[in-house]
Amino acid sequence: MSFDPEFYRVLFLSLAVSGTAALIGAAIGIPIGVALSEFSFRGRNAALTMVHAFMGLPPVVVGLFTFLVIARSGPLGFLELVYTPTAMVIVQVILATPIVAGFTHASMRGVDPRLGLQAMSLGATRLQAVLVKMREARAGLVAALIAGLGRVLAEVGAVMIVGGNIKGYTRVLTTDIVLQTRQGQYEYAIAEGLVLILVAVLVNAMLTRLQADKGREEVEKRVTGYPA
Amino acid sequence: MSKLEDVIRAIGLRKKYGERTVLDIETVSVGPGEILACLGPSGAGKSVLLRILNLLEAPTAGRILFEGGEVQGLRGKEMVAVSRRMAMLFQDPLLFSTTVRNNVAYGLKVRKVPASEREGRVASALEMVRLSGFEEKHVSTLSGGEAQRVALARALVVEPELLLLDEPFASLDRLNRTALQGEVKRILKENGLCAIFVTHDQEGAGRIGDRIVILDQGRIVQEGAAGDVFHRPSSEFAALFVGMENLYKGVVTGSDNGLTRVEVQGKFLESTCEAGNGERVTAGLRPEDVTLVPPEQIEAPASSRNAFKGRVVGVELAGPTARVTALCPFPVVALITRRSLEDMGIAEGKMVGLRFKATAVHIIANKWGKVL
Repeated sequence: MSFDPEFYRVLFLSLAVSGTAALIGAAIGIPIGVALSEFSFRGRNAALTMVHAFMGLPPVVVGLFTFLVIARSGPLGFLELVYTPTAMVIVQVILATPIVAGFTHASMRGVDPRLGLQAMSLGATRLQAVLVKMREARAGLVAALIAGLGRVLAEVGAVMIVGGNIKGYTRVLTTDIVLQTRQGQYEYAIAEGLVLILVAVLVNAMLTRLQADKGREEVEKRVTGYPA
Repeated sequence: MSKLEDVIRAIGLRKKYGERTVLDIETVSVGPGEILACLGPSGAGKSVLLRILNLLEAPTAGRILFEGGEVQGLRGKEMVAVSRRMAMLFQDPLLFSTTVRNNVAYGLKVRKVPASEREGRVASALEMVRLSGFEEKHVSTLSGGEAQRVALARALVVEPELLLLDEPFASLDRLNRTALQGEVKRILKENGLCAIFVTHDQEGAGRIGDRIVILDQGRIVQEGAAGDVFHRPSSEFAALFVGMENLYKGVVTGSDNGLTRVEVQGKFLESTCEAGNGERVTAGLRPEDVTLVPPEQIEAPASSRNAFKGRVVGVELAGPTARVTALCPFPVVALITRRSLEDMGIAEGKMVGLRFKATAVHIIANKWGKVL
């Protein structure tokens, strides 16, 4: 079974929209998560509760509200964003950011707080001490990125509403699968589904390599006596 | 010692956590090349003191002078500049999960020491702690002793003017601990560095410290040279804490030939310490200073000084030593070797003779003074 050029366009847009959204979500979410774990300020607990609540936001609802804001008649209608890939990125950033922030916060909390003190006693500034802790939490930060990407790559409701599933312009794998299924093109839909899963596996395999920890591997090798 | 000569001096230092005062120190200082051991039980405020001196935590009140310069009022970069003249070693090595090289080089990196210079300084710091060639190893493969050595190298590499040691050897086995304490002392002395070493272990404090302060509930209760503190504690708390376990309340009944007689439960202890006649005192005796002999060697009535007969009521074996408690009639704890315990056939219920020198009996003056 071979795919037409339209299929590759759909696949590319899926990767482009979700990849961009996950990266922007990480750029916003990681600093939020770090700030929530490392600095104390007024309203920190409330902010953390919000982040945790938003981790479970239903995508369709986020899509609906975003649509109402950017629709032609909405407050930001003049930007003419509705039914564009940009709108899809925006809605996915809203979905990915809390996930990344929440996971980042949790993994930073897992780092021994005395490590920051130790860095400062060796001459680090407050900021450099935070960077040391982020380095210790790197596996958790990669997990945060993976979780954020997973959330948006698999998401269908929100992009459907703000993107409109326009052929050749805003159609992505998930929305196309819905369409093909409705039209009874089950084989095509299944094939697309398998490609989506394959893409998820490949991307995560790449990200997982970033989590590799030489020290841990060495210890494991010693414990079992065999390479992992 | 004048203020200018101090490397660090804290004055009127207080720290409160909420309503609780955890630290209340009039003054504490370290001079050039001096090692101050700060001895105290858990929760005495030792670690808080170090964190405050390292500028990691702000005191509630008080001043800190680093080489004569006022630290209070400094902010941001100026503060970091002062704290970069010290380094602290914690109870756990707290290594960053990367190679030994990256760990040791960390302090140099944040000080923007050029990479070309770093390599040599890392190598010589590792040599100082006898871990040459460990650069490429990942820290998770190190043993506990090696990890603490890397932490030591990581602190020494920045050539701190003051090294703060927060019980860094507490979790090591006795052999490693003794060896590392000796090495730290050697390194500090060879490089003329000064240090504050906090610990709850009197042995370690005695091994490393030139001067000892005893901290209890955030206050300094005694300060002095190591020998003084162990043999002439100034309070019952300090006495118990430095291992002077036998403490007896008594009354001074007279003195002759430079010996002071203290009546304790109808018996008399003689001490070379001075005390006024009729004064209520506490007499202290270290278990190591008590000699056990067969009971028939003690004459009756006991005319010789500090010689008693007693019944053994407790024998506690701890490795190569034994702690024997005998009632004469006040309880005396003696620390002897396990071998002499076996040789003399000492066991619970048997009679035993006890002897100790008048120089071993230390008199602690009580606050309430004379009996009228």
